[in-house]
Amino acid sequence: MSEAAARYNGSAAAEPLLRTEGLSKHFKIGNALSRRSLHAVDEVSLQIGEREIVALAGESGSGKSTIARLLAKLYTPTDGEIYFQGKPLSAIRSRADMLRYRSEVSMVFQDPFASINPVFRMSHGILRGLKLHRGELSAQQRLQEALRVFEAVGLTPAAEVLQRFPHELSGGQRQRVGFAQALALRPKLILADEPVSMLDVSIRIGLLNLMAQLRDTEGVSILYITHDIASARYVADRLIVMYAGQIAEAGPVEEVLANPRHPYTQLLLSAVPDPRAPLTISAETDKGEPPRVIDPTPGCRFRWRCPLAIDECQRVTPPLRQLLPGHDAACHVARADAPTRAF
Amino acid sequence: MSSVPAEQYRDASRSLGSAGQILQVNGLSVEYAMDQGGVVAVKDVSFDLDPGEFVGIVGESGCGKSTLLFAIAQLLAPPAEITGGSVLFKGRNLVGLTARQLNVIRWKDMSVVMQSAMNALNPVKSIGAQFKDAMRAHGVSSAAEIASRSGQVLRMVGIDPQHLRSYPHQLSGGMRQRSMIAMAMLFTPDLVIMDEPTSALDVVAQRSLMVQIKELQQELGFAVIFVTHDMSLVSHFSDRLMVMYAGQVAEFGATRQVFDSPLHPYSIGLLDAFPSIRGPRVPLTGIPGSPPDLARPPAGCRFAPRCPKVMARCEQEPPELYRVDDTQVRCFLHEGGAVHE
Repeated sequence: MSEAAARYNGSAAAEPLLRTEGLSKHFKIGNALSRRSLHAVDEVSLQIGEREIVALAGESGSGKSTIARLLAKLYTPTDGEIYFQGKPLSAIRSRADMLRYRSEVSMVFQDPFASINPVFRMSHGILRGLKLHRGELSAQQRLQEALRVFEAVGLTPAAEVLQRFPHELSGGQRQRVGFAQALALRPKLILADEPVSMLDVSIRIGLLNLMAQLRDTEGVSILYITHDIASARYVADRLIVMYAGQIAEAGPVEEVLANPRHPYTQLLLSAVPDPRAPLTISAETDKGEPPRVIDPTPGCRFRWRCPLAIDECQRVTPPLRQLLPGHDAACHVARADAPTRAF
Repeated sequence: MSSVPAEQYRDASRSLGSAGQILQVNGLSVEYAMDQGGVVAVKDVSFDLDPGEFVGIVGESGCGKSTLLFAIAQLLAPPAEITGGSVLFKGRNLVGLTARQLNVIRWKDMSVVMQSAMNALNPVKSIGAQFKDAMRAHGVSSAAEIASRSGQVLRMVGIDPQHLRSYPHQLSGGMRQRSMIAMAMLFTPDLVIMDEPTSALDVVAQRSLMVQIKELQQELGFAVIFVTHDMSLVSHFSDRLMVMYAGQVAEFGATRQVFDSPLHPYSIGLLDAFPSIRGPRVPLTGIPGSPPDLARPPAGCRFAPRCPKVMARCEQEPPELYRVDDTQVRCFLHEGGAVHE
């Protein structure tokens, strides 16, 4: 528990930096008379600790970006609550509190080509953010701070890069600018939504290393949203696997990948192309279509693709339960004492 | 995979090039005409393709891999232009053929599967109607024949033929990409050119599509040129692998060979940039810097500014492609066939 957190809510219990309880987001679909709703995120309870990189992995449509937007307060939850340093987000009323939350939890977007205004120099965006969120700084101090964070993310010489236009920077450099802008607000948590997926392979590792470095030197936590399990393993401390809007499995990254308990995690793992390992998936091809969750009935959402599905899976939604210390899975079949082998 | 392709869709007399290759690319260069002068996006690329062979082409964005593929398929549009070399497909040079001459070959002997099926498929026509267009253009007019063949190819890629009536937006990303591949199979071509067909898909769908492509290829015997930025994707599927850098071939050899003992420092760097899902967690570095501006390529080796093994000579003279056993590599370290470090 950091002193900052203690200052924030007065109590010093073992409260994580951020946690969600039963977080849900449903979108109404169809025409005005329709009562159908798409369950993008359902009953998600997760935790992000101090100085921790948590990877949120899953296929497109699994709800991982919706979670990021809920945490950034871009969406209002349909149900459930988000606690940041122990305080519920729904209690935020004033603009000052909102600004403070937005600076403590900042976001880095997927597309470095679309997320930076092309007509302004790099200094524009970052100085503006500083002016808005850290009004106590003088113009000179803002410039100093901008130089500091540009150097922290490896954009050197910082004074020169600050004067460049976006088109003068490569994709990797632009994404570093994204992290610099987030960092300038002194965040406790950075929500990084697929920050490297648009970058070339040879550039990606540099950004992943930067994330680990920011955790170690700046003390920030990062929610790393990705569909690439290998990169999650490389950089994250903990891994949360999402399937169809729910958490399928969560735990320490090495532990989850070495002993996956949920059949879906196993399927994901078997599909990762790894030139160093022999081909594991055989010709019996899983078509790989996660369901769109519209007005779901109880039951496991993975049951149609699961070779281990039992009767109970058709009727009862499996709750996320702890199988091993810190290692949870939402599966009726998974057991603590034996590995699950589905794929 | 139960369905067997109807024999009439196979070309009984598959004529081949002089040495039995289906495709011979010789010294192919492509230039983009720009205000500041030409940008050579593909420089002097040569390779042969045997019938039924699977060649992967990998590289970063801007390395010329898609331009090369478009040049082979004769799909380049201005300002891009082939400035040198030839593309012999079954012994016939495609460079300089008219659109009318190419139309006879397209779909029938050679088909192309594009990167984004959402953009490649017509959104206002059903899948079946688009199949029908392609078949009509090649003189198949019987409705019954069109329907049966369309259903057949759709089944081949694991989609229920009832989806012939579906429109692209009604299908998932994976199914759209599969129907593109089904369409490419209509006439059982000898060569299928694929430009990152799986890049918009999730890992599970991606892997299952790759397995499907490989199965079809083994069953029907067509050759594949597969372009991707993700070299691990083709690691288990391609026979040979070409690594491109800044418009040139950096390394070209048997896939297993390139993965197990890469020769070019760029290939080594690229392989080391992939975190492994198994095995020890080791710190990786990636490749520092970024690819050169092709409007002003370096005088010597194009990889020299980023190369960890750069020598004085690399900055002055451009290396040739040297042969080491069966692998070609553009690096002075391997001049004269040496494998030394």
